[in-house]
Amino acid sequence: MDSKRSEAAQRAADMPLAVKILVAGGFGVGKTTMVGAVSEIRPLQTEEVLTDRSIGVDNTAGVEQKTTTTVAMDFGRITIRDGLILYLFGTPGQDRFWFMWDELSLGALGAVVLADTRRLADCFPSVDYFERRGLPFVVAVNCFEDGFDYTPDEIRQALDLDGAIPVVMCDARERRSGKKVLTTLVGHVLSIHGHAPPREAGAPVY
Amino acid sequence: MTGHGSEWLDEEAGPLVRSYALTRGRTSPGTRGEGFEMIAIISTVGTAPFSSPNVWPEHLAILELCARPLSVAEISAKLRLPLVVIRVLLGDLLDVGLIAVRRPKQDDRPFNEHLLREVLHGLQAL
Ligand SMILES: Nc1nc2c(ncn2[C@@H]2O[C@H](COP(=O)(O)OP(=O)(O)O)[C@@H](O)[C@H]2O)c(=O)[nH]1
Ligand SMILES: [Mg+2]
Repeated sequence: MDSKRSEAAQRAADMPLAVKILVAGGFGVGKTTMVGAVSEIRPLQTEEVLTDRSIGVDNTAGVEQKTTTTVAMDFGRITIRDGLILYLFGTPGQDRFWFMWDELSLGALGAVVLADTRRLADCFPSVDYFERRGLPFVVAVNCFEDGFDYTPDEIRQALDLDGAIPVVMCDARERRSGKKVLTTLVGHVLSIHGHAPPREAGAPVY
Repeated sequence: MTGHGSEWLDEEAGPLVRSYALTRGRTSPGTRGEGFEMIAIISTVGTAPFSSPNVWPEHLAILELCARPLSVAEISAKLRLPLVVIRVLLGDLLDVGLIAVRRPKQDDRPFNEHLLREVLHGLQAL
């Protein structure tokens, strides 16, 4: 049994390490679209079954009466190198599922808050949550054709964001654009800790 | 593993009924999240005794899938079973030493510059 255990430990050390980034925002803002645009696999879906207890409803009626809700999450995958995988989770927009968000945030490198200029308020809960939680994030404005033409500074003001938080204009359908959002996020996390992110030579600023 | 066959469950049962039947209500908070985080990587390290009544088709499906290391979230997606169920099944398999787990760094969050630079370079190379 002991040798079996140490064998398993050795095997585990040879297995890939996974890290994650969250993509949050209101319903229909383009989370799944962005995850799919940068993922090497078609976005997959997993679901969590939430009981009254996990969503904080006090139920006195007993186990038999327990109601459940399922929350679906989309995710994609990017192989960074052999042995290192980045997962992207499109997190559900309902801010009442704190339990879900807590689990998703734990150990995350950072988050992308997707915003739609037609419904800016939809991303307030995400912004609030990540600020409170202290998880580094960037705001990516998904530019729909009939959206309003706000500047990043106007968005920053409207969302009452700290000046250091990057605001990026993007097209969630474009791989290159999603890549720009993600590199901005990781660069932001590095800069928070006083490490200048290396300039990407000739990178187009979308 | 506790022995309850799932043969009597037909497709009509629906995902939730099926979930609870599969896990026999073993969905305590203790099995949720701890050790089987969504991005924990699972790899099969042993062969299940096919004849055992404690081995369900779902256990075997996981072992087959994880011949190549796979995340908990991917297992859930590919088998179309909620995370809460997958975690119980993984717990069974871990108890009998049939899987190995590579857990993600969960520490909230000592800054890891090397890891972040690796991720940044990987993303830039996309
Ligand atoms: N025109 C346009 N449509 C988009 C864009 N991003 C997403 N969509 C569409 O908006 C809808 C909602 O996107 P989805 O990714 O499912 O949103 P989610 O609810 O945040 O996951 C889908 O029909 C997408 O095809 C975009 O940048 N421009
Ligand atoms: Mg979606």
